[in-house]
Amino acid sequence: MTAGQRNLNEENEPPSRRRMAVLVFGVENMISTAISELIPTPTEVREVQEQGQQEEIPQEISGAQILLEALLREGVDTIFGYPGGAVLHIYNELARNQRLRHILARHEQGAVHMAEGYAKATGRVGVVLVTSGPGATNAVTGIANAFMDSTPLVIITGQVPRKMLGSDAFQEIDTVGITRPCTKYNYLVQNAGELADVVREAFHIASTGRPGPVVIDIPKDVTAERAPLCYSETVNLPGYRPVRLANQQQVEQAVGKIVNARRPILYVGGGVIHANGSDELLQLAKRLHLPVTPTLMGLGCFPSGHPLSLGMLGMHGTYWANMAISESDLILAIGVRFDDRVTGALEKFAPQAQIIHVDIDPSSVSKNVRAHLPVVGDAKSVMQQMLDLIECGNPVATTRGSDKSAKKLASWWQQIEEWKEFAPLTYEKSDVEIKPQFLCEELYRLTGGDAIIATDVGQHQMWLAQYYGFNGPRQSITSGGLGTMGFGFPAALGAQLAFPDRQVVAFVGDGGFQMTAQELATAVQYRTNTKIIVMNNNYLGMVRQWQELFYDRNYSAVGMQGTPDFVRLAEAYGAVGLRATKPRELSAVLEHGLSTRGVVVMDIVVSAEENVYPMIPPGAGLKEMVLR
Amino acid sequence: MRRTLAILVENRTGELARIVGLFSARGYNIESLSVAETLDPGISRVTLVTNGDDAMAEQVIKQLEKQIRVLSATDLTMTDHIEREMVLVHVNAEAEDARLEVMKLASIFDAKVIDKSEDGVTVEAVAEGHKVDALLRSLQPFGIREVARAGRLAIGRLPVSYPQIIQTTESNST
Repeated sequence: MTAGQRNLNEENEPPSRRRMAVLVFGVENMISTAISELIPTPTEVREVQEQGQQEEIPQEISGAQILLEALLREGVDTIFGYPGGAVLHIYNELARNQRLRHILARHEQGAVHMAEGYAKATGRVGVVLVTSGPGATNAVTGIANAFMDSTPLVIITGQVPRKMLGSDAFQEIDTVGITRPCTKYNYLVQNAGELADVVREAFHIASTGRPGPVVIDIPKDVTAERAPLCYSETVNLPGYRPVRLANQQQVEQAVGKIVNARRPILYVGGGVIHANGSDELLQLAKRLHLPVTPTLMGLGCFPSGHPLSLGMLGMHGTYWANMAISESDLILAIGVRFDDRVTGALEKFAPQAQIIHVDIDPSSVSKNVRAHLPVVGDAKSVMQQMLDLIECGNPVATTRGSDKSAKKLASWWQQIEEWKEFAPLTYEKSDVEIKPQFLCEELYRLTGGDAIIATDVGQHQMWLAQYYGFNGPRQSITSGGLGTMGFGFPAALGAQLAFPDRQVVAFVGDGGFQMTAQELATAVQYRTNTKIIVMNNNYLGMVRQWQELFYDRNYSAVGMQGTPDFVRLAEAYGAVGLRATKPRELSAVLEHGLSTRGVVVMDIVVSAEENVYPMIPPGAGLKEMVLR
Repeated sequence: MRRTLAILVENRTGELARIVGLFSARGYNIESLSVAETLDPGISRVTLVTNGDDAMAEQVIKQLEKQIRVLSATDLTMTDHIEREMVLVHVNAEAEDARLEVMKLASIFDAKVIDKSEDGVTVEAVAEGHKVDALLRSLQPFGIREVARAGRLAIGRLPVSYPQIIQTTESNST
């Protein structure tokens, strides 16, 4: 069915539906002030209540009911949200629905970050429900964050009634206009009859191809309007055809190049995690004895402790990972996008390397760095295609076993080991103050690399990436693309609500924590076990580091005087607060904090002016690292 | 260099804004834009003229094709194609000989005089962009009161060198 046909069908809507629309309009016309539009009139409330009782005509239900049914059909169990006038009909239904759990955030940004954490940890679509106007605008940071990090979300925003659209009504904002550049797709729902199909399409779009957020903006009167609950059997999106399997010839060419390379390297990212391709990655790397370097978003897609892992590359990556990628003759890039924080100066990036770029999003390929061989497809499927070729003894692949690969790549590996010995990750230890790197190492020791850890952006994020060896995928939850302070804590909370029994830690800075600390109330209300470690240097550390290095130590607006006492803040919310200020206190505080049930805030006071090294200065190439 | 892109997109609210937004977000200017339904009223064809190098064109085409409701996006610039622009011009022509002069000029450009008033005429022309430019320059001395110029239209020459567009149109109209 084309869009044109759909319009025709709408004109032929059943008379009962049209009558209902007229009734709703009629009621609303009698009300003069805009604010009352957002509060259900007694008639509206009665209508909605009656709808629940009218079981003799089950085919005609309210838009709000259709929405919830459609969400349940998509397997949704949790909604993160915040109520308001334009979504009152939906919340009215939600209160009676036993199958959907609603988590009340304390700010819409928090709700979206929670849904992101939930989605990142589970691989499922995170769902958000917020009201019109400020509800939607507060959600935008989270939506943009999800867009940059390819997180599958469906965000339902309330909107003013249809006839008030464009009238600057109370709490009206052009939500589809505002979110257009930061969503994979968005909808302004025109009538209750299309709602079920819109929800279905939204989940399909959010979760397939390169995942991303989809906004569904629903005018308030649409949620009251009654329509039959019916779904189209298929999703009608002729222009949307995400590729899964790659062109076999390209895969063959790729395998040929890989097995013949002398200095190959696997550069892997978030795409491997989205595709659930960690097993295939491990097999591929082991089979061909390839060094593996993950991006920040790829942390955990390959076990950090594995001998083939080089650790993270990029601006604060390991010396040997950056040297290896710079000196390689072949880069097999999978599910990555050659971000500027990874490549450094583009003209100096891996000058001798042939680049094979595997990505599900064709627009990512050759965007920043030209790929010699583009392979468009799902990361997991493409790696399986490669493995099949290698295993079945394809003439191109020349059935090189891992022993042969190891032998052939011996000198390359020797070179990498030399780099590793030359500049290992290191920091100056101290008995006086807690070094943030030591904090990360202790956290790793106590959790065995198995915790789900969410971070914000900044120094703490980089140190954790360097010193916490994630064992598996969907454990590292961080704001990579947008770099959002305040992301980590609510994201951890979302992950904890998905996995109540797992060890989930929000590892945040004192600056970022203060951006979304109000979600402590949410964490306590839902009796979660979320642990918050505040790496407290009383500075906006990464900005301070740049001011130290590139602005002659002219510290401008980075001192955080006035920071609250985090222990007492935690207690004020009914959580447990702990503090460590000396290295000898650290282990005990972490052990106690991590094992205490309930919400625990651990205020870890660390050395204030520690810098993250190694570091590639802005504008420099990967080989021009500053080691200390 | 100047680029002429042909885009097929589902005919729905907001889709044009989405396409235009891709250009404005990257700081690219749109020189001309023309949109209308295809044989299938559910699908619109957009002809868009912009400026950029090969890398920009490649990225823009990929970004356009990434859009959920875009069925295809083609850069016609390097393929053999036909381009036309349309213009309507109100020209001062009070005296009879001025009118005759305008009509003569119009015929040189294969344009037509389609309306007249006491003191002016309206000229219509469909031609390649540079011919439209030349016509306007020639009419300048008479005094141009108002110009309405349509966005460029472009179509690949038969036999069509971009089969995916035809295919998509056919499969959607059946």
